[in-house]
Amino acid sequence: MTRNRGLNAGIPAEKRREPISNTNLLLTITICTFIGMYVLAMLVWGGGFLNPQQFLDIFNNNAFLIVVSCGLTIVMIAGGIDISVGGITALVTMACVVYLDDQGGSVIGSAVLALGIGTAFGLVQGVLVSYLDIQPFIVTLAGMFFAKGMTTIVSAVPRTAALESFVALKEFRIVIPGIGSYGKAGNFIPARIEIGVIVAIAIVLAILFILKWTRFGRNLYAVGGNRQSALMLGINVKRTKFYSYLLSGLLSGIGGYVYLLHTGAGNASNATAAEIQAIASAIIGGTLLTGGVGNVIGTLFGVLSLKTINNIVIASGLREPYWQSITTGLMLCFFILLQSIVLALRSKGGFKLPGWMRFKSDSIKKDLAT
Amino acid sequence: MAKRLKRFSRSQLVIPVFALFLLIVFNLIRDAGFFELTIITNNLGDTVLSGNIVSILNGASELAILAIGMTLVTASSRGQDISVGAAAAIAGSIFVSVLRGAGQITVPVILIGFLASCAVAVVFGAFNGTLVAIFKIQPMIATLILFSAGRSIAYWINGGATPTVENSLVKFIGSFIPGIPIPTPIIIVIVFGILVSLVLRFTNLGLYTQSVGINEGSARLNGINTVWMKLLSFMILGICVAIAGCINVCKIGLINHETLLLDIEMDAILAVAIGGNSLSGGKFSLTGSVIGAYIIQALTVTLWAMKVPSTAVKAYKAIVIIAIVAISSPVVKEYALRLRDRLFKKPEKLEQSFQEGSIDGGKSL
Repeated sequence: MTRNRGLNAGIPAEKRREPISNTNLLLTITICTFIGMYVLAMLVWGGGFLNPQQFLDIFNNNAFLIVVSCGLTIVMIAGGIDISVGGITALVTMACVVYLDDQGGSVIGSAVLALGIGTAFGLVQGVLVSYLDIQPFIVTLAGMFFAKGMTTIVSAVPRTAALESFVALKEFRIVIPGIGSYGKAGNFIPARIEIGVIVAIAIVLAILFILKWTRFGRNLYAVGGNRQSALMLGINVKRTKFYSYLLSGLLSGIGGYVYLLHTGAGNASNATAAEIQAIASAIIGGTLLTGGVGNVIGTLFGVLSLKTINNIVIASGLREPYWQSITTGLMLCFFILLQSIVLALRSKGGFKLPGWMRFKSDSIKKDLAT
Repeated sequence: MAKRLKRFSRSQLVIPVFALFLLIVFNLIRDAGFFELTIITNNLGDTVLSGNIVSILNGASELAILAIGMTLVTASSRGQDISVGAAAAIAGSIFVSVLRGAGQITVPVILIGFLASCAVAVVFGAFNGTLVAIFKIQPMIATLILFSAGRSIAYWINGGATPTVENSLVKFIGSFIPGIPIPTPIIIVIVFGILVSLVLRFTNLGLYTQSVGINEGSARLNGINTVWMKLLSFMILGICVAIAGCINVCKIGLINHETLLLDIEMDAILAVAIGGNSLSGGKFSLTGSVIGAYIIQALTVTLWAMKVPSTAVKAYKAIVIIAIVAISSPVVKEYALRLRDRLFKKPEKLEQSFQEGSIDGGKSL
């Protein structure tokens, strides 16, 4: 007699509803945690957190991370991983700066160049992973090495973009009427966001549309969830995985351009550790590395949570630089454990501690009773 | 002899040995004196061996030790540990703290420092192992925690500085013991390698680790304690991390939590993959990983010798690594075998292999 209970156990047949899927449950947990954290910060530390500009600045400063994390979410849902995104971002920034300044290119041309570089990387990595069946970690690691090496080959020194049309685009701010903050002299400064944020939000919505309402999105979930079953369903697994890497490369290219729009300079150390932050955001957002579960809205909130934690640490007075990484690690730990426990509780077997950790009397009683 | 050669040609060591062979040949063609060993007196007055081989073997010593530990973790937990660099920074910090705390640095003090750093590294390894084995979290995700927080913990242990240890005993461990012309890290790697191979030969560690990696369910049903095996592999990785951290501290003479063994986790995972081990667990070969570690270092030294700027080294490394893993991918192997069959086998043998390949062995006719 097993003690397995399905999620609908004990409920009469006419009242049974589709249980909330894993993806949505983890998403709900993430959003609630973020809102709770931000409200707590507003209550306890007030000050900067009550300033809407600070909330919008999280978007302003991290628009590229949002774009790049969306690409990584897609790859992780399909069951792979892509750690070359930081390197591609840096390469794109450097290449675009050199193109704009040295070759006298136009802003449109540099955007096309960014997309081209990203797509090229995505293409090669996709072919190597899906059609040659090489481990994605190795391929994308080599891609990261290659991108970082090429960045220094393109230009050994950091460069700042000086083309006027580009600088004008970079400095352009969209004003949000109505909300704003009060400056030191008491005048009302309306809240501003950069162009990169519009791009990032558009990308998030586009990817959400792809994942939820196109067949390709459904295929991604299927391939990530169980590759064999997807194959037997008739889904072209190799092509789906190839497209996921292609899309991730494309989004890294866009992310690089957004990064350039934010900082205006190309530097080999741009976006270092961006891939780790993107993976962390995706995990906090409820995407599992094993695939089949994930949501871009969750990733967006993951990025926001990650950056809010940094702000909270600064606001609470822990000024030494190591506290930020330690709290990031702690938050990751909390989310990872929470996800693992929630998923284990929902699965058929329930959450089982190893035998030597369980309370002996209960299990012996149950064994004797059956 | 022919049988042994045939068995070797099917083992997973073919690709790494072949790659190493190619690298050696390439270097000899490019510069015949690349591998010569010279005996010089270094600035401390000892007569020591010097040359590119020594530089390769010496530079890869931490990587080789970490590759051994990483192989065990990959084999049993079907994933990679990306926190080894950060954990090495922590272990090195503990070592330096103990050395600086004692007044006089003598051999017992170094031993105690090493044991302390081992203990701390094993505790962190057990933390990672608990997350992986008991909470069933993917190893890469579980070790992401220590990866993010590790170097900051090392910074906190060091009190925010980069303390130095200047001492002749430390220099013995880091570079040369007077009277022995080989750098000490190489000797440490050899001793550790012998120790590990003895453990693998005389205990069940290798067999159980492979069973857990290949099929965890059936390993558990066979009575192997899978949780303990996974935990053990992470703890052994912790010991390897401590050794690597201490060697690096002794080599450089100071500990900088930001740059100590930076990005070595990627190189370690690469070494495991180049060595022919599958990154999703199962059968492993420690020899392959160690050869992989030396291939990576040899590649770097070759590129330095070709005057490639150090920042561009990564790009060339990437191309060579892609070439190696592409050749060892199953799709390419199958294609190469079919090509060989088409080109070289005689017609009757072709017919025979077609018959063997068909479902009934050609008997239904």
